Order: sequence, then C-alpha cells, then structure tokens
Amino acid sequence: MTVDALAAILLIPAVSAAILALMPDYRLSAAINVVAAVFTFLTALSLFVVEPVSGQYLLVDDLNKVFIVLNTFVGFTTSVFSASYISHEIAIGRLTPAFVRFYHAMYQTLMFAMNLALVANNIGLMWVAVEVATLTTVLMVGIYRTHEALEAAWKYFILGSVGIALALFGTILVYMAARPVIGEGLDAMVWTVLVKRAAEFDPALLNVAFVFLLLGYGTKVGLAPLHAWLPDAHAEGPTPISAVLSGLLLNVALYALLRFKMILAVSVGTIAPGPLMVVMGLISVIFASLMLYRRRDIKRMFAYSSIEHMGIIVFAFGMGGPLANFAGLLHMTMHSLTKSAIFFAVGHVAQVKGTQKIADIGGLTVTNPVLGWGLMLGVVAIVGLPPLGIFMSEFLVVSSTFARAPYLAAILVLGILIALGGLFLRINAVMFGEPKGATKPAEASYVPMFTHLALVCMAGVYLPPALVNGFQNVARLLG
Amino acid sequence: MHGLEFDVAHLLAGTLVLASFMMLYQDRLTALLNVYALHALVLALSVAWQAFIQDAPHLYVTAFIALVFKATIIPVALHRIIVRLGIHREIETAVGVGLTMMAGIGLVALSMVVMLRVTPGADALAREDLAFALSVVLLGLLIMVTRRNAVSQVVGFMSLENGLVLAATGAKGMPLVVEISVAFSVLIAFIVIGIFLFRIRERFDSVDIQALDRFRGERR
Repeated sequence: MTVDALAAILLIPAVSAAILALMPDYRLSAAINVVAAVFTFLTALSLFVVEPVSGQYLLVDDLNKVFIVLNTFVGFTTSVFSASYISHEIAIGRLTPAFVRFYHAMYQTLMFAMNLALVANNIGLMWVAVEVATLTTVLMVGIYRTHEALEAAWKYFILGSVGIALALFGTILVYMAARPVIGEGLDAMVWTVLVKRAAEFDPALLNVAFVFLLLGYGTKVGLAPLHAWLPDAHAEGPTPISAVLSGLLLNVALYALLRFKMILAVSVGTIAPGPLMVVMGLISVIFASLMLYRRRDIKRMFAYSSIEHMGIIVFAFGMGGPLANFAGLLHMTMHSLTKSAIFFAVGHVAQVKGTQKIADIGGLTVTNPVLGWGLMLGVVAIVGLPPLGIFMSEFLVVSSTFARAPYLAAILVLGILIALGGLFLRINAVMFGEPKGATKPAEASYVPMFTHLALVCMAGVYLPPALVNGFQNVARLLG
Repeated sequence: MHGLEFDVAHLLAGTLVLASFMMLYQDRLTALLNVYALHALVLALSVAWQAFIQDAPHLYVTAFIALVFKATIIPVALHRIIVRLGIHREIETAVGVGLTMMAGIGLVALSMVVMLRVTPGADALAREDLAFALSVVLLGLLIMVTRRNAVSQVVGFMSLENGLVLAATGAKGMPLVVEISVAFSVLIAFIVIGIFLFRIRERFDSVDIQALDRFRGERR
C-alpha cells in the first residue's frame, strides 16, 4: 500500500508521538516536535496539489482542506513557540524533564487526534478522534499539578466527557435514522453516503439527534452556557496548550457540528439548525463580553475573548448563506491566527513577570517593548479595529446580517463593542503606566507571534484571489 | 415480534433504569459501588441478549467487557481506592433523596415522551431500547450533579456510559467500530480518572469537590 498525503498527515504525528515518548532529552524532543509539525504542515499543503482518494473511513474535500491547513499551520508555529516556552519552564523548575517528555508525546498525539477528526468520513471515527483529543488536552491542562491546574483539568474532564457522551448519543441517533434507508452496517455511518441520502431520513429522529450533537459538540466549542470548563483550562495549563485549545480544538469541534448541519440541510422537514446556532452564538457573545470586565487573570481574560469569537463564528454559520458562511470561515481563520499569537505573547509576558495577575503586570511597553507592542497589536486585532483581518471578517458578518435581520445584527454589534471596551480597559493597565513586576528581558522567540500578526495584517488589506475563491467555494458547500 | 425476545430485552433494559434509580438514593460510597456493579451486570446481560436475538456474535465481546471490566474490575478497584483514601464510611447528601427521586422520575418521563414520539417508524424493540437508554443517560447526569464527591461523580459518569452502550447495542447492526471505541474510551477514561484521583488525593488530602472549589484562581 502506498502512503498518500492523507495517510501521512495522520502517520507523521502518530509516529513522532511514539518516538517522543521514548526521548529523554528535552531539547532534542522539542526539535523533533517542530520538525514533525513542519512536515505535517507541508503534507497538508500538498492536499491542494494532489487530492487523495477518499474512502469509507477517510475523506478530503474542499471543506476540511481549509481546516486541515489551518490546523497544521498553527500546530507548527505553536511547536516553535513551545520550544522556547518549555526551556524556560525547565530552567525555573516548574516542569521536570520527565513531564516535558510526556508533554511532547501528548502534543503530537493531540495533533494526530485533531487531524483524524478533520479527515474522518465515518461519524463514529470522528467521535472517537474528538474524544482522544479531549483526553490528551485534559492531561496537558493538569500538567503543572498545582491546585488550580488540577481543578481546571478535573472540571474540563467532567464537562468534556458529558459533552462527548451526549455527542455519542446524537451519533447513534443519526445511525438509527439512516439505517432504514441505507441498511445495516458501515455505510450508514459514512458521512458522504449520509449526506447523499439524508432527504429520505426520518426528520423527527434527525431533529433530536441534532439537539444532542449541538449540546455535545457545543460544549467542546465552548458555547455559553456550556463553556464553564474553558476559562479554567486556558488559564491553568501551559500556554502553548492554551494557544492550541483556542486556535484549533474549538475549531475541530465546530467542524464536527458543521458536518452534521450539512446533513440536516439536505433533509426536508427537519428543524432549521440555523436559528439554534444563532441563539447560542449570540448568548455566547453577550455573556463573554460582559465577563471580560471583571477579569483579573490575563489568560482567563483572553479565554473569555475566545468564547466571544466562537460565538460570532457560530452565529455566522447559523445565519447561513454564501456571504455569512464566507465571513464565518474568514473569521475562524483570523481568530485562530490572532488568538494563538496573543497567547504566544501572553506566555512570554507571564514568564517575564512571573505572574498571570493583571494587577501585578504594568508598563509592558516600557520594560519589554517588542513583546509589549506585539501583544498590543494582537489586542488591537482581536477587538476588531480596522484595518486588520478581524475587522474585515466581523464587518462581513455584521453587514450580511443587517440585510436579513437588523435586530440580530444590532445585538451582535453591541456585544462586539462591549468586548472592545472590556479588553482595552484591562489591557491599558498592562501596557502603559508605571512599570510593575520584574523587568528582565524576555528570552522569547518572536517569529511565530509576528508571523501570525503579519498574516492577519495582510488579510485586512489584501486577500489573495485564490483564497477568496477557495473560501467562496466552501461557503457554497455549507449552504 | 412481541414474543419472548422482546419481553426479555424489555425486562433487562427496564432493570437497568431501575438500577440507575437505586444509585440515586445511595448515600454511602460502598453501597453506591455495589449498585454500580449490579448496573454493569444487568448491562452485560442485556447486551448478551441483544447479541443472541440479533444474531450478532461481536456483541458478545461487548457483553464480556461489561461483565469483566465494568462489573468486576472497576468496582473492586474503586472499593480499594476508597478504603485507602479512608472515605468508605463517609455519608454524602447534596440534595435530599425525595427531591432527587422526583427529578429522576421526571427525567424518565421526559425521555419516554421524547423518544417514543420521534421514533414511530423504527421497530418497537429499538425504540423502547432507545427510550430506556436515554433515561439511563439522563439519570447518570442527575447522579453527577447531585454528588459532591469525586468518586461518586465518576460512578455517575460510568453509569451514563452504560446507557450509551445500551443505545449502541440496541441500534441493530451498528458497526463494530463504535462498540470497540466505546469500550476503549471507557478504559481510557478510567485510567485518566485513576490518575486524577491519585493526584487529587496527593494534593488535597480530600476527594471532596468542594475542596477543589476553594482553590479557584480568581476567587481569592
């Protein structure tokens, strides 16, 4: 059997996870981690050149290509950031080499699980992959073994498992709906078959299935009111994991939801999934924006900002139609890039200052200018100021909504503005004013952060036509 | 169709719901674990019966896993853990028994109404099975929210997984992929839980979740 690109994006992380588990030297294993991530990313890019044949288990189409490339790219840049982050943690003795060995193996296992979830054609396989991704991140969130980290990991584990369990129940119901039409056996769980025949499925059963899937995978997306695990998990785990959680894992869960939404869209007589997603999206935006004002921990603050942005994305996909879907995809890409860049910066800030408390950090632009202004640029991007990428995608979401449902658009804009105020209020104290905390220079690798920010800046001014065409194509697929 | 096959499957699935109710009002950990073992045993019988009537030999594997792993190894291991942690005599009452039972009855009624109404097309056995499975899942959730102790929350979660297995085996001809994965995920989940219990014990000297709440990052 020849190994095509599809198999390679699964095999590279899986094999390197096994190698890393045996590697005692943390410098070498950090390097291997980066190399593996780079190769996975290059392989993912090759999907655009040669499209592998899809089978009963694995699938590549225009929709998941976008997700895979984004996933492997941020996975790669985060591995670069992680190398410098980890060496500092070892130096100050917060992590021991044994834990770092475990951490690197888990990092690649997580990449494997996320890639598997994205290429899975079988809805059962997709569920297993999301479950594995959840379990690996639970272990990584708890890696510092402080009180807070253990509480965060426990909470994440319990809520994540319940979410995952509900998603499995939904998956079983989809199979029950498909069985009378497609027949028993494997075919009734293959997504490409399901979406072709969905018009004949029992609509009532599909409705119930979607509610379970929305609650189940929605927990993983971090939609309010199912978000309780998210801020803790982001704040207490190692910062590279916060970046991967916000930038990637939330997207993977969203992707699973979108696949099922596409099945429902084909079926006649089912409830429209859109309004449910719109409502949950709006609740998340408003709730998370208000929560931003009272944050005292810098990582928790950006975790709430992630809830807000996932709300906007789910809102956009819930509205549906080519324009809103396009905006949703663009916003998802921009958010992944910007938020991981912010976490890269915040990770180094926390290392320099030795604390995550906003009250203990001050005057960052004076003490560490490069880091400070980098983070400032990230925050300017994330609140959606022009001319950066997020401004453009938010503008598209809002303007496409205004034409169809002005009230909803008004609520959305209100939420975005509240978030802007909250983030600026808090970040102002961190950036300017009297320098507080340690003032040592940062031993940071700025390349990943500024690469992301440069991409976001560029996207705000100019989008390559190839990218626009690709996104438009996917937006049409999503219906 | 409404022969002996149906009646026995119905009886076993109903017994599983009953066992879930029994777990709701156990206030001692050892008793809770014993009822959980019973729960898993009933599940094993139910799955084995499904394997027999569906003529699906691979389901016997699932039944065997339920019998050996869930009904024997896990309860024994948890018994040892709680004795070692010194919490086997502890009594926990988060919400009153009466209220919990009422909520449980409400949840079962809800799942009956929902599942029976949306599945008129499916065959009788599958739809009844699904309704029972949803009841077990919801009761598992109820056990989790009414408990404060980490061990009993885990037991609630495992009973919830039993409901999922019941649903998966009731869906006729569901591919083996899923059954293995369900069993496998339970295994992984248990290992993870084991590690966590160990660490929680190490750090807090208590497995009471309320102790965890005190260490929240922001509420100091």
